[in-house]
Amino acid sequence: MTETILEKLATYIATEFLKQPGRIIKPDEPLLSSGLIDSFHLVDLSLFVENNFGVRIDDADLNASSFDNLAQLTTFIKEHQ
Amino acid sequence: MPNFSNILQRHYEHTPDKVSITMLFAGQPDQPVTYRELIYGASGYVQTYTQHGIQAGDVILLILQHDVDLLYAYFGAVLLGAIPSIMPFLTEKLLPERYRTDLAELVSHSRPTAIVTYREFELEIRAALKPGEDSIKALIISDRAEGTANYPCPPDFAAFGGFQRKEEDIVLLQHSSGSTGLQKGVALSHRSILNHLDAYGKSILLNQDDVIVSWLPLYHDMGLIACFLLPILSGIPVVQMSPFDWVRAPHRLLQAISTYHGTLTWLPNFAYNFCAQKIRDRDLEGVDLSSWRASINTSEPVKYKSHQMFYERFKSYRLRLETLQTSYGMAENVFAVTQNDLTTQPYTEDIDRESFTSDRIALLAFDGRPTIQMMSCGKPIPNTTIRVVDSKGHDLAERHIGEIVLKSNCMLSSYYNRPDITKKAFIDGGWYMSGDFGYMVNGEVFIAGRKKDLIIVGGKNIYPQDLELLAYEVPGVHPGRASAFGVFNEITGTEDVVMVAEVDINDPVDRQKIADGIRATVTRGSAVALRYVHLVRHPWLVKTSSGKTARSANKDKFLKEMQEKEQVY
Repeated sequence: MTETILEKLATYIATEFLKQPGRIIKPDEPLLSSGLIDSFHLVDLSLFVENNFGVRIDDADLNASSFDNLAQLTTFIKEHQ
Repeated sequence: MPNFSNILQRHYEHTPDKVSITMLFAGQPDQPVTYRELIYGASGYVQTYTQHGIQAGDVILLILQHDVDLLYAYFGAVLLGAIPSIMPFLTEKLLPERYRTDLAELVSHSRPTAIVTYREFELEIRAALKPGEDSIKALIISDRAEGTANYPCPPDFAAFGGFQRKEEDIVLLQHSSGSTGLQKGVALSHRSILNHLDAYGKSILLNQDDVIVSWLPLYHDMGLIACFLLPILSGIPVVQMSPFDWVRAPHRLLQAISTYHGTLTWLPNFAYNFCAQKIRDRDLEGVDLSSWRASINTSEPVKYKSHQMFYERFKSYRLRLETLQTSYGMAENVFAVTQNDLTTQPYTEDIDRESFTSDRIALLAFDGRPTIQMMSCGKPIPNTTIRVVDSKGHDLAERHIGEIVLKSNCMLSSYYNRPDITKKAFIDGGWYMSGDFGYMVNGEVFIAGRKKDLIIVGGKNIYPQDLELLAYEVPGVHPGRASAFGVFNEITGTEDVVMVAEVDINDPVDRQKIADGIRATVTRGSAVALRYVHLVRHPWLVKTSSGKTARSANKDKFLKEMQEKEQVY
């Protein structure tokens, strides 16, 4: 299950944000602080998380202090499921 | 002419209980601030500044976030007669070392006497300072705990130096962003700003029923002038939220307009696309936008498609099409240069693409040839005159594209402590060279690109040379072999930032590493996220005769390659 969430997120970010479908994102690779994704993507990301993992996310929840890599984001999602 | 302090005193004495500014915070109750509270808070800061030996005419740098402290520290500086300037806060993206370098640059050019910041940011700031060598005499910690120095207190107007400031004295500095932008502070006088507020107020039919709503940062002219000084000095209520809260929850802007019966907003073009695409219906329950009389699109190229998209998305919430308006502005003219007539929709026209790009003439579409849609930014505001000139400074006929130059009674006094670049910014007769290309038709001003190489993302100016210097730091990228530019993205309504770099290495894994390195270094060094990193083989980049990177030629080449690969733009 964990793997699935992580993989789905990785594919989504690589395809939609980076426009590099083949790009592999490592679980501990920084996302926000590295500039791979920026704050304008956070709304899309929270919509994707809501629609795919049945998690309701409040406005301020998804930000640089709640996650900066896929592993942290996956943990965040599981905690809210 | 009164100065800022006289005006603040008048509001304090006549309408002390009127709410001037309402601050919105995610997950907290809204915080109204009356004129009395504003003056008390500012007076607390006057005391603190005075205790630190800061005097009228000194520059005070404010490194504070969206909060009442920023408000009080700002107007405290004004009442003291000092010159406040807001510097962007360090974000998670920016490397602290880079922030310190930028700060040191700003300090060396604008020579502030004091910095105000938070306790938790103190070490970061101190690391950028050189005690005994630079201009900083005091690092003031924003702390409103009872008993501390800048605790709010009643004003002692007779003792405040702000009342002795003359109309030609500088009242504030505005800095543009990035290493290049931070080195030139736009210095504005009391007279320029008050002349501007008067002229611009007439253009937008400002009246006592208005309520301004904003998420804009105050270190930018659009936020500082239109959504901070204009309302507070004019006695018009303003509702403010932080840009960081808005970008995560764009619906909050519309909810605030509905709740507070907002009438006026200023938004950069991308915000229309962003709101239209990202806001969910469930966040709009009960929202009524019928009070919204003007949303003024400015600070990056204005697109009719963005207005259409926004209107279609929100018309069922009682948004009117004529609410969507346009303006063209720059900090050097305080804020606005033009404003369209708010009683009608902005004038749009389809022009012939080839004449526009090849002959630099905006001819109306003919014979079914390919077109470009242009939306007017309106006419010059009452105190500002505009000309469109060629490279020799000669006037051009209507519809001919040239550089926009302007003259007004609200121009900058100078780039602070920079007589060299101030002088270069003007041509004979005192006309300020905007660096923007445009054309005029029946007095309406259309913006058609830029003379200066400048990328504008979400209304924020980015100097490409700052980004290229960062790319050169990445192993595998040679100095002079990278080019940064912006490419307009119709979906987001703003520019995507592209970096093209020539790389000799062939191994795909190593190339990916270099691309990641460029992305990370640029982001952490400038807080700008690159959308495309395009690695090419030498010789790819187009150079000018003097060996500099020809950014617009590289942009054209990049776009052509992308089209061939069938990537959509």
